[in-house]
Amino acid sequence: MADSKIEIRNLYKVFGSNPVKAMKQVHAGISKQELLDQHGHVLGLRNINIKIRPKRVQVIMGLSGSGKSTLIRHINRLIEPTEGEVIVDNEDVLAMSSDGLRDFRRHKASMVFQRFGLLPHRTVVQNVAYGLSIQGVSQAESSERSQRWIDRVGLAGFEQHFPAQLSGGMQQRVGLARALATDAEILLMDEAFSALDPLIRTDMQNILLDLQEELHKTIVFITHDLDEALRIGDEISILRDGEVIQDGDPQSIIMRPADDYIADFIKDINRGRVLEVRSIMKKSSRATGPKMVLKTPLEDALQQLVNAGKDSGAVTSDDGKVIGKISLKNAISAMARPGRDKKGPRYK
Amino acid sequence: MEFFDEFPELGRGELRDFKKAIDFSFRSFSRAYGETLENFFDPLLQFMIWFEKLLIGAPWPIILVVIGSLCWLGARSWKLVAGSIVCFAIIGYFGMWENTMATLAIISVATFICIGLGIPLGIWMAKSNRVQAIVTPILDVMQTIPSFVYLIPVVMLLGIGKVPGLIAVCIYAAPPIVRLTNLGIRLVDEEVLEASDAFGANYKQRLWGVQIPLALPNIFAGVNQTIMMALAMVVIASMIGVRGLGVPVLQAVSNQYLALGLMNGLAIVAIAIIFDRVSQKYGQRLQAYRKGNGNG
Repeated sequence: MADSKIEIRNLYKVFGSNPVKAMKQVHAGISKQELLDQHGHVLGLRNINIKIRPKRVQVIMGLSGSGKSTLIRHINRLIEPTEGEVIVDNEDVLAMSSDGLRDFRRHKASMVFQRFGLLPHRTVVQNVAYGLSIQGVSQAESSERSQRWIDRVGLAGFEQHFPAQLSGGMQQRVGLARALATDAEILLMDEAFSALDPLIRTDMQNILLDLQEELHKTIVFITHDLDEALRIGDEISILRDGEVIQDGDPQSIIMRPADDYIADFIKDINRGRVLEVRSIMKKSSRATGPKMVLKTPLEDALQQLVNAGKDSGAVTSDDGKVIGKISLKNAISAMARPGRDKKGPRYK
Repeated sequence: MEFFDEFPELGRGELRDFKKAIDFSFRSFSRAYGETLENFFDPLLQFMIWFEKLLIGAPWPIILVVIGSLCWLGARSWKLVAGSIVCFAIIGYFGMWENTMATLAIISVATFICIGLGIPLGIWMAKSNRVQAIVTPILDVMQTIPSFVYLIPVVMLLGIGKVPGLIAVCIYAAPPIVRLTNLGIRLVDEEVLEASDAFGANYKQRLWGVQIPLALPNIFAGVNQTIMMALAMVVIASMIGVRGLGVPVLQAVSNQYLALGLMNGLAIVAIAIIFDRVSQKYGQRLQAYRKGNGNG
């Protein structure tokens, strides 16, 4: 598929002494719990299919134990799958020789870790240059290139510090700079901001979004935090017990949760801030009232409608053409939580 | 009932034949290969003689300066430098200079041999669980078997002298450096290793860039232990003809010379403490990066 940068097909991972044998049971449809009780194997991932488009941020979200960290490690093959394919740029990562795989890790995909994974005996600048030194880039060139990224993530002045001398947020900036310094097209971020406190986390999210506007990397971002997922993700896949239970863009997940589990998951978010008018507008080219662009959050849209004293407004595309209509009533009902028993459109 | 009273043991004659067979075969082995082995170790012997002569022959002020500067390089502490120079001065003043130099010579050579063989072996053990499973019991034997027991075959093969003494010291002193190298590498943080893998490091880059540097404090503790154990072997090595502080101690034991034994024994203690403190300080300096608030 030309339109996907990374494609994960029919991926299974079973942990245990004899995964291949256990796969027979898995294909026969045994549940995760039964597999553990009867055969002593842990089903890490079951039949994962995800297409990740280039230059987008793909969030993979799930609670702990859902298999998300296992999944991201399959993309650069830090973990070997039991079955399945991982295709990156039309090349099967799982078929690569060990040299090919090293090359892939050096040039194509870099990684940011939850607990930073910095080299404690190396200074900040040496840490950032680590990927380059592995590639065999000369000392002079690698320190020049890493200096650029150190400046970019706001660590200028700390080049000669050791990781232990920095706060968690600053350490993760080092981790981010190290991953960016190799100029890899793919950035794998494994709960990269989860270990940081909330304010610093928002800060790092901003840095990442800023960088992404400029760099257009293909980012795979693992998180257990829904707010983070909604903020960063162009696409979100939700994982539970090793299975993808819903994927789509943030708007569609909030408007149409696939099941009660997800409905429960999203019940506490601020819908007015996350939902945008494009998700609830009705198509129309002759709407009147206050104009607002597609990506206006609902709470702003409501404010505009109220200020203008109108019941409905016009939604415009980015170039200013009127393409839809939004009514006060629709906006308010979209902000109410979806009911548990509501027969909404279901996923699959 | 007889079965329970007497342990069912091998008959006397058979036991004697069994021991004889082992003795005989080893004796013929040593007759056949003793000379080859001696020739093999000859360069080592020449080196040890040269090194010992160098230490004994050098003017004592130069030795003191070298010791002082080594202490400074290792520990960066004036207290330790002064302390070690005073210790050596007292040792010399009480007439133990030559023996002390001889002891330093064999300890240094033994330590370098142990490091040279022990660190690569430790690295290999860390890489392979199978190697670890094979080497660990051998190290256990080396550390616990009474020294006199392995002195017998060594002396049978090589006679008495410096080389068998050195081998005896190394057998006893090598295990800690091997163990701690292995342990240090195995204790390196999984996350750091995973990061190194994720950036495409190969085995060598991972070993020299991550594992060895992070294992250094442990490796250095191993070096420290190796030196200490080598010093502990000084007296036993003197029984098979190694010169040094062990010789007068041995004399003192057989003749009940209290003062002689005490003085030379304390000289060994002084050397041990100096080595220990300097190498520990050096090990601590290797870990400076772990401190959160170093150079600000």
